[in-house]
Amino acid sequence: MERVTSRHFGQENSHRLENYLKDKGYEGARKALTSMTPAVIIDELKRSYLRGLGGAGFATGMKWGFIPKDNPKPKYLVVNGDEGEPGTFKDKYILEQDPHALLEGIIITCYTIGSHKAYVYIRGEYLKSITRLQSAIDEAYKNNFLGKEIMGTSFDLDVVIHQGAGAYICGEETALLESLEGKKGFPRLKPPFPAVNGLFNCPTVINNVETLACVAPIILNGSEWFFKLGYMNQGGNRLFCVSGHVNKPGVYELPNGTTLREIIYTHAGGIRNGRTLKAVIPGGISAPILTPDQLDVKMDFDSLKALGSMAGSGGIIVMDDTTDMVWAAMVAARFFAHESCGQCSPCREGSGWVYRNIKRIYHGEGRPGDLKNLPGIINNIGGNTICAFGDAVTMSIGSYVSKFRSEFENKIKSEYAKTNH
Amino acid sequence: MPKLTIDGKEIEVPAGTTIIQAADKLGITIPRYCYHEALPVSGNCRICMVEVEKMPKLQIACYTPVAEGMVVKTTSPKVIDVRKVVLGYLLVNHPLDCPVCDQAGECKLQDYYMEHGQYDSALNDVKVKKEKKAISLGPTVMLDQERCILCTRCVRFTDNISKTHEFGVFDRGDHSQLDLYPGKELNNNYSGNVVDICPVGALTDKDFRFKCRVWYLDKTKSVCPGCSTGCNITVEWDKSRPHRQKKDRVMRLKPRLNPNVNAYWMCDTGRYNYHFIDQNRIVAPQLKNDLISWPQAIDTVVNAVKAVKDPNRIGVIASAQLTNEDLFAVRKLFKDNLKVSNVDFRVPEQPGKSDDFLLKADRNPNTAGASAILAPNDGTTQAIIEKAKKGELDVLYVFGQDLVKLYGKETVAQIRKSTKMFVYQGSNINDTCSYAHLNLPSAVYAEKDGTFTNFQNRVQRISPAFMPLGEAKGDWEILSLLSEKIGPAFPYRKSQDVFKAVTEAVAPFAEMTYEKIADQGLVLRT
Repeated sequence: MERVTSRHFGQENSHRLENYLKDKGYEGARKALTSMTPAVIIDELKRSYLRGLGGAGFATGMKWGFIPKDNPKPKYLVVNGDEGEPGTFKDKYILEQDPHALLEGIIITCYTIGSHKAYVYIRGEYLKSITRLQSAIDEAYKNNFLGKEIMGTSFDLDVVIHQGAGAYICGEETALLESLEGKKGFPRLKPPFPAVNGLFNCPTVINNVETLACVAPIILNGSEWFFKLGYMNQGGNRLFCVSGHVNKPGVYELPNGTTLREIIYTHAGGIRNGRTLKAVIPGGISAPILTPDQLDVKMDFDSLKALGSMAGSGGIIVMDDTTDMVWAAMVAARFFAHESCGQCSPCREGSGWVYRNIKRIYHGEGRPGDLKNLPGIINNIGGNTICAFGDAVTMSIGSYVSKFRSEFENKIKSEYAKTNH
Repeated sequence: MPKLTIDGKEIEVPAGTTIIQAADKLGITIPRYCYHEALPVSGNCRICMVEVEKMPKLQIACYTPVAEGMVVKTTSPKVIDVRKVVLGYLLVNHPLDCPVCDQAGECKLQDYYMEHGQYDSALNDVKVKKEKKAISLGPTVMLDQERCILCTRCVRFTDNISKTHEFGVFDRGDHSQLDLYPGKELNNNYSGNVVDICPVGALTDKDFRFKCRVWYLDKTKSVCPGCSTGCNITVEWDKSRPHRQKKDRVMRLKPRLNPNVNAYWMCDTGRYNYHFIDQNRIVAPQLKNDLISWPQAIDTVVNAVKAVKDPNRIGVIASAQLTNEDLFAVRKLFKDNLKVSNVDFRVPEQPGKSDDFLLKADRNPNTAGASAILAPNDGTTQAIIEKAKKGELDVLYVFGQDLVKLYGKETVAQIRKSTKMFVYQGSNINDTCSYAHLNLPSAVYAEKDGTFTNFQNRVQRISPAFMPLGEAKGDWEILSLLSEKIGPAFPYRKSQDVFKAVTEAVAPFAEMTYEKIADQGLVLRT
């Protein structure tokens, strides 16, 4: 299998320009800037079926095409490296191991959308990612891959890193823009979408780190090559982040459409201590949880959606048969309660309510009526909020209660019996 | 212009109008917490969600623009259900301390719960505790963070209208709190407005706290007399409660919508300027040290006036605090009938503070009306004062002006000595009263029917909330009583009759009527 975004991982000094240049480094950017028009690049991207790997799976070429051509305002590229989705750690690897791959993607993207400034918003805790990318940026400036008239063309480009301050919601693209503008990270009302009115009210493309790392290889090797790596309507490979109760947790680059079973049992070494699998989250904590009978699902955006879950950020969290699902639900709910931005009333009040309710059940204070009310409290958040965070609470926490309802019931019954006999 | 249908009713509105605005035009009220017509849309409360045909999810009416052929339902089962749901979330951590909350009775949580909630509680969990309950934010406003539903109306008001930027929402999720930025105090001249726009009891007015339950309040449309802007207001009063505060009638003033004058707002200077209505009033006619009856008082003035042979020996100092009707009666009695030329209202008043929003330095509500009606000669009241001091006046008739404050004690003491009859007609006791030979109690604006003309030359109605206190009478009514004895008697039975005479005699007022002035006023002809 041909590796794309992880092709340099593990190499000595993989993050240095010297190493990057050995393997056709910046040749994709040179090709784009010297021999391709933006329209041709967008067309190439569309045919590659590259989709947004931050989690939404939106067609990248189409997104770039939304940038209005007649708008006299400056255009911006904003790179989403906030990577706050629990269970996800792929962008961190790219930033640390192959930052030039991201920079080359940024150059091509900016050239395509007519932007001369790119902001890379990196999760605040990712100090190593930030220093590695900054060194790469410095190297790139020194070698004329960034700055004025890059690579001898007439194209100018500056790249700036912005360090996040720890809010999960700032990974939501419009909250990220607010944060980048110096405001509190509140998702914006849409429309207008960022392509029309984004950063500083200017047309803006927001792409995930992994997405952009795919761009140069597509330009260099062609859209057909990339499309063929993937599955159905999603070209290329994906960096799957496997964590939890497996023998070999880590980041695995595998073709889209690889089954979840293959990822867990073939690549991640199966379940620890020879135990059996009880549940698995396929795409970060926001993705509805799957049960052992669903392991043959192909891991691409469309297949997982058809199954009622989502490919999301590619964060696979595996839980074996020792896992208390009420506890797991409580941990997830605590995360959402802590990270809800607090803007929309259903999500603000609901996420905390859900957490306190499940926590009470977990601590043996559940009451017989709880399971009658809880689904409603969970379900009514989704669809009623500005951003997708509310939907994530509903979908993800809802899946624990519906798929492992008996565990909740037993917990309530047994504990209730103990204290109220 | 797109045409759309809301609940079966068709309406055509300009492009860019939102669903909630179109519905408002149709008289269909969609519930709202965060939405306010005068503030930028925030879209956070989610109570205004409506069903739009061909859209899979419910849409917030406050942000969704109308479109040609759009079909909106605001009462479908889905919509009713989501209102219930949103209320449920809003009330989860609400303290439900309505019995001790000033907002009770005008609280949108209560109102919408009665309209759309009415569910049994599903809450078996503890509520989130917040740190600040009954915390003073400044001289006028109290904060209760637990009652706050974080609609951010106050944040947007201080960011966009007062531009003073005191409020922020701190922290995240259900531990979010409304608060002031560190080191800030809510102390701008528009602070009181945040209480008006707060849909719940999170921000309450110190001046009104625990004084009166809002359902005991009667409301009378009026105009603020505090400056020449003439903000439209509602006088909110209570006469019926035995335990009311100090027997005061007026409990508070609230701004009343007039897009041409004050929009939804009023300044704190005006808002808290109402205690004079019930306190420190002149309540009966008084001749030197003796309380006398109205007939005695009228005879006293009439005799003094009749004793004067030369009208130049009478002086009248009117006031721009008087209504157009009052001022016309002054003109009619003194200028037209008695041929008095020493009539003026312009006093050397120190201008008050002003700002670039509502508050004007001219603290009189009717300077424009007084100028148009009295059309005084060159010079000011100073000339009249000088004459009085020199003993050139037998009668000096003063309306509401505190001469002691304006000209000093010595001058006024001199006037008392040098005039035969020094009449002070006013509503409140001040230093001048003790120098006047005769004090006549007049009504305050909240007891009057009439009109003020603001700085834009806009004529606006004030209506009597209640009868004048004690034996006080309206200013023009007192002059009318005098006219009966001095002759010819005024033919006026009510303020409207006086106003009709104004429109006939004073050209800029031509063809105006109370009906045409209505709630929003009419601008003088130029």
